[in-house]
Amino acid sequence: MSGAALLAIDRLTMRFGGLLAIDRLSFAADAEKITAVIGPNGAGKTTVFNCLTGFYRPSAGTLALHHGGMELHLEHMEGWRIARDAGIARTFQNIRLFAGMTVLENLIIAQHNKLMRASFWSIAGLLGLARYRLAEAEAVERARGWLERVGLTAQANRIAGTLPYGDQRRLEIARAMCTEPTLLCLDEPAAGLNPHESHALNRLLLSIRERDRVAILLIEHDMNVVMGISDRIVVLDYGKKIADGTPYEVRNDPAVIKAYLGEPDS
Amino acid sequence: MPLAQLAKNSALAALVALALAFPLAGFDTNQVGGGTVIGTRFSWVAIAVVGVFVGRFALGLLPRRRASRSRPPVVSLFLARHQRALGWIGLALAVTWPFMPFSSRYLVDLATTVLIYIMLGWGLNIVVGLAGLLNLGYVAFYAVGAYAFALSAQYFDLSFWEALPIAGTLAAAVGILLALPILRLRGDYLAIVTLGFGEIIRIILINWGSFTGGPNGVNDIPRPTFFGLPLTPTAPGGGKTFAQFFGIPFNPSQRIVFLYFVILVLALATNFLTLRLRRLPLGRAWEALREDEIASRALGINPTNVKLSAFAIGALLAGFAGAFFATRLGFVSPESFTFQESATVLAIVVLGGMGSQLGIVVAAIILVTLPEFGREFAQFRMLLFGAAMVGIMIWRPRGLFALRTPSIRLGDAQR
Repeated sequence: MSGAALLAIDRLTMRFGGLLAIDRLSFAADAEKITAVIGPNGAGKTTVFNCLTGFYRPSAGTLALHHGGMELHLEHMEGWRIARDAGIARTFQNIRLFAGMTVLENLIIAQHNKLMRASFWSIAGLLGLARYRLAEAEAVERARGWLERVGLTAQANRIAGTLPYGDQRRLEIARAMCTEPTLLCLDEPAAGLNPHESHALNRLLLSIRERDRVAILLIEHDMNVVMGISDRIVVLDYGKKIADGTPYEVRNDPAVIKAYLGEPDS
Repeated sequence: MPLAQLAKNSALAALVALALAFPLAGFDTNQVGGGTVIGTRFSWVAIAVVGVFVGRFALGLLPRRRASRSRPPVVSLFLARHQRALGWIGLALAVTWPFMPFSSRYLVDLATTVLIYIMLGWGLNIVVGLAGLLNLGYVAFYAVGAYAFALSAQYFDLSFWEALPIAGTLAAAVGILLALPILRLRGDYLAIVTLGFGEIIRIILINWGSFTGGPNGVNDIPRPTFFGLPLTPTAPGGGKTFAQFFGIPFNPSQRIVFLYFVILVLALATNFLTLRLRRLPLGRAWEALREDEIASRALGINPTNVKLSAFAIGALLAGFAGAFFATRLGFVSPESFTFQESATVLAIVVLGGMGSQLGIVVAAIILVTLPEFGREFAQFRMLLFGAAMVGIMIWRPRGLFALRTPSIRLGDAQR
């Protein structure tokens, strides 16, 4: 493990009863880089995400995040604390928006903790103090900025659940970014997108890396996305890491080809 | 639907009606001489069965309604668009109600009851409508508020205005105490535990006789004063009464009108609090939690605190309403806090359209006054009530006011 890594996963193991979903997995994700986690279906990719974001408690191993000069051990933290204190934001494979609320409300809720402090746990807000109104205006500005970047400004007051699929995907990314994370975890962001949309997604993710200097951890099946933007790729198969390197290295790795295509005859 | 199929369905419905009507309407008891004699009235059963058959058949012949549930109907849109205006009209009507020419002691009293239910509905709306936590024991907090005032008046001689904050705080504390162990529960499980909790509170009140007065309840609860001026014919201890102070003749209806305005102010404060909170991060977090708890956690929202706050604020408001209930009647007993009350308040919230403040007002007016209007129908009152509920659920399945108003819009944030 290099000392500069933002996230260091060390011998992570996750067992569900008799099923070993992740087996002593170790890899690192660097700050301001895009790291992709790929692998055939059932390889344990989403399980890694769920351990990372506190939805599962790992059976063994450590997840260390270097954030603001501190080392946080995610395996001991509750999910909401990981999001708030470690600055890890995520999206879901099956989109989880606040479907009955508007697009803008989704983005404002993402800034909950900041606004909660500004409203002094609702007291300043109830009294209508300027301190809260300013914070809310600032939150709306941030939301407006993200709406522009994902091309949803015109839909701001629409109910999120009524948006087309591709828009919902982009809104979920915008919502995650509104929490001002240090690490953005995306679970199959290109699933169900047409080629034009997935091209736009590539540009968005690259801009998040360049402009916002946020590291991205990406689970994806769409190889155009993975090979096009990843700085580093980790390949999983049956819960084990079988390859780890640059897109070029991984593409030519015999173990990866075997996992995806099977053994050649002869 | 083919006619044969329709006839079969109608016969089935008639069979259900027969099964229900035979034991319920088929017999009656008559006082003959000194004893009671069981009589039969099978003609009633026949009317019910034939009525259901014909009704079901006629319903099947009607053209099918278009299945466009996703698009809000015209009525909802109209109501949502004019919500603000309707609210102000309602407020104006509420303020002038006791001074209307047709107004009577009975009508003001009825309006007071309606306002208690509106306040309870608005309080429960925070828990059920906004935070999405199904609470079937809401009446427990109402009871805690009522008894908190009744007992603090009995043991410590506190007046209504002194005891009001105590009643609210105590109810909120009980709310937090209940919420702590059950935060992991969701949906049906939560409903069952809260239902049990409501019963526990009532049973404690019955059985802790030495402290709460048991089934006899607490008597002689002091009435509220108008800034220290009692609304009675003569003031205790040589002070001035409300009527003497303002130099007007005493009239017992003054107290009724005063009570009406007390609950009106309490209810309006509740409404103001809810409307404000909805636009604050806390209120948005309640709604986010209702929409998707997992997504909320992934955004760094602490679900425990958010749920606790919803339970506590809901209970606080019920506590206030309970203290008012106690001072209005001057008497409390466990009988007033049965599950029936929780069910009525929940029905008001659901019928009004979860989360809609105005819908709750309309639903409370309907649910409280409908049984009153039905008084002439004597034993058919509850039947009428049930039919109205079924009708509302058929024609407005998502409640009277089903459209949610966004808590913030792009464009009007910089007001």
